[in-house]
Amino acid sequence: MSLPPVVSALKHHKTTVALVILEIALACAIVTNAVFVIGHTLSTMRYDTGLDNRSLVVVTASDLDIGTSHRGTQASDLAALRGIAGVTSASVVNTLPLSNGFWATSLWRAPGDKSSTVNNVISYVATPGVMKTLGLKLASGRGFRPDEFVDYNMFKGDAPPSVAIVPKAFAESLWPGKNPLGQRLYLGQGGKYPVQVIGVVDHLLNASIDPAHGSERNFLLPVASVEGGRYVLRTDPAQRGRVIAAARKALLAIDPARMVKARAYTDIVQAYFHDDRSVIWLLVAVVACLLAVSALGVVGLSSFWVQQRTRQIGIRRAVGARQRDILGYFHAENLLIVSVGALLGAAGAVLLNLWLMKHYELPRLSLGYLPVGAVLLCVLGQLSVLGPAWRASRVPPVVATRGS
Amino acid sequence: MLRYYLQLAWRSLRSSRMLSVLMMLAVGLGIGASMTMLTVLHVMSADPLPQASAHLYVPQLDPRGMEGDAEDVKPPSQMSWPDAMNLLREHKGVQQAAMASGQVTVIPTSGASHAFSAQARFATADFFGMFHVPFLHGSGWTAADDQNQAQVAVIDRKLADKLYGADRAVGKLLHLGRNAYRIVGVIGDWNPTPHFYDINQGAYADAAGVFLPLQTAIALKQGWSGALECWGRFDFSQDMRQAPCVWLQYWVRLDTPAQVVAYRQYLVNYSRSQKETGRYQRPPNVGLHDLMGWLAYNHVIPGAVQMQTLLALGFLLVCLVNTMALLLVRFLRRSGELGVRRAMGATRGSVFAQLLAEAALLGGGGGAAGLALAWGGLWMVRQQPVAYASAAHLDLTMLIATICAAVVAAVLAAVFPAWRACQLQPARALKLQ
Repeated sequence: MSLPPVVSALKHHKTTVALVILEIALACAIVTNAVFVIGHTLSTMRYDTGLDNRSLVVVTASDLDIGTSHRGTQASDLAALRGIAGVTSASVVNTLPLSNGFWATSLWRAPGDKSSTVNNVISYVATPGVMKTLGLKLASGRGFRPDEFVDYNMFKGDAPPSVAIVPKAFAESLWPGKNPLGQRLYLGQGGKYPVQVIGVVDHLLNASIDPAHGSERNFLLPVASVEGGRYVLRTDPAQRGRVIAAARKALLAIDPARMVKARAYTDIVQAYFHDDRSVIWLLVAVVACLLAVSALGVVGLSSFWVQQRTRQIGIRRAVGARQRDILGYFHAENLLIVSVGALLGAAGAVLLNLWLMKHYELPRLSLGYLPVGAVLLCVLGQLSVLGPAWRASRVPPVVATRGS
Repeated sequence: MLRYYLQLAWRSLRSSRMLSVLMMLAVGLGIGASMTMLTVLHVMSADPLPQASAHLYVPQLDPRGMEGDAEDVKPPSQMSWPDAMNLLREHKGVQQAAMASGQVTVIPTSGASHAFSAQARFATADFFGMFHVPFLHGSGWTAADDQNQAQVAVIDRKLADKLYGADRAVGKLLHLGRNAYRIVGVIGDWNPTPHFYDINQGAYADAAGVFLPLQTAIALKQGWSGALECWGRFDFSQDMRQAPCVWLQYWVRLDTPAQVVAYRQYLVNYSRSQKETGRYQRPPNVGLHDLMGWLAYNHVIPGAVQMQTLLALGFLLVCLVNTMALLLVRFLRRSGELGVRRAMGATRGSVFAQLLAEAALLGGGGGAAGLALAWGGLWMVRQQPVAYASAAHLDLTMLIATICAAVVAAVLAAVFPAWRACQLQPARALKLQ
């Protein structure tokens, strides 16, 4: 089986071949980018929140503002929640990873030095028990000491707590190559309040992942109480349903004049990624349709060629070609056409990605995806030519002797 | 003649049924996907208030200090309380309203334990007239109610039904937290899409169910929500009316071009006078956008939807190239038949027309398949819990457009293959037989 006859045969069908190559190239460019976006979205969905997602229940209680006395204080609420059977620990936080609501601030690496500011940093604040409740894993340093939880209202411009915990990735970007423990970041106007980093956690994901805020650009401060915060309960994953019901009941028992909402943290994460999931399904559908259409094209074309060459096939068979030689011929021809198309498509994919990057928030195509699209189309081409090629191989040698 | 061509085309399609169906499917897939996305795009970029949008404008002022983002030259998209109140008082438009979004806790008569929260809009009196809000019972409040901080409310039919029954609600009390408001009006369905008057709520957010006079709601400290931009020192426990922040939406109705020019000049003059009194620090920096211009200025159509539309169009392109290749194969295969027709005296033009008619027939079939697909696609879009989903319907325009697009696309794709097929010499074509 040598290529030259395959190539020279194609010279008689320049236009058709060019059209098929163009179609394969376009399909390849689109499929590669679609697969890339799917992969990118999936990798976002697999981000480690840094929390024991499955062990957490989140409870919010909002005051009805009907002028009754505020019987439901945070301390009594917490005590009641901790008393629920199955709750191993509880804490109050301002927000949680992937919960969308957040407060972003600027921090300074050097006080007064405007060039050292880092904007759009998400600030987490939490009350005692936060490390154990959330299941945050320290990479280095220590957790908060009880005396470090101080009164702090971030909306009032108060002096913040003097210590903080940051995620590893953020520490590395703030102080590249240095040990972050003991480093200071500065908050407030002009960076007047120093805050010392005492611990680094493996992961603590942002409340929202977007280009402005990044994915792990945040710090965690220890506070005594959080106005308008949410309660986080740690429990055995199997007991979450019961704990959710019990938590609602416990808080309403303390003060019935309020709205209580309790849900599993995994539901919050699910909801956060809802749009991403629909994008993935849409892209999968488009890729499937594209591949189907390309396959249709290949099947149609090869069937035509097989039909057109019936006599030639008969002659080849008559002079000694075996069935699998004929089969091989059509597969080789198909591979040649599709791989040229796929190569052009790979180049097109890079161009398409560059154009998309310019107009939409899309990262650069990692080159590893280029072979994915190309190989996908080549395999598809081989599969679609299977039927026509098989029919070709069944052409009996006697056809050669029949006049047309 | 066309009838004859169509007859020939029909015969040819039937003679290779499998291939014809496959080609129709390919065209249908491309058209269906494109039409689904174009319909969504069409819905999302629709005029939310066609009867009034041409006369509605958003004025912009720039009360910010010089520190901070001095390089940010666009004026803020919202307004501070003092500016909104000044503009309202000076009353230079035909109608005008300042507004903000809020969250209220509704305490039903059945007791506090059945309380629920509701989206609210705090607005001044012209809101209802300017935005053509339809009233089922009662009416909005008056400018005097705004001035006197009257405790009145307008609610939507859904909330009225839930509390008292829509036809009995007017005159009853609405308890929001510790405050009580007298219900003066019940409105029918009103949810312009996009949510143009307050884009920060999400461009495809739902309309609020409770409407309160702005001055009353702020004075009574009803829960305010929304985007705010502040400069200088600001403390959240501070009264929003004194805050160095922009947080109100402001709309004005201007009926003639002369009024628009005059209003823009008024904004400049106003800014200048504010700078003279020392309240403003920046030189006059104003904006005045009409409704559709405002939507464009804020890029309300999500990038994701644009990208999906692009994706669908790319897909259509692939389908067309595919159709072109298959048509070429199909036409060349019939070179014998075409040769006979040419030898019998048919001109190149009539063979060309015959082939295009065949393509048009294929396109029509593809369009029908595409329509079914688009219908299914939009049904799936409507199942999504995204805010714009419910509006995604196939209207008559899109229906006709789908069929036409399919036919046109198929004919366009056929031009080149048909031209190629016509180039064959009849003698050669006959010899090949």
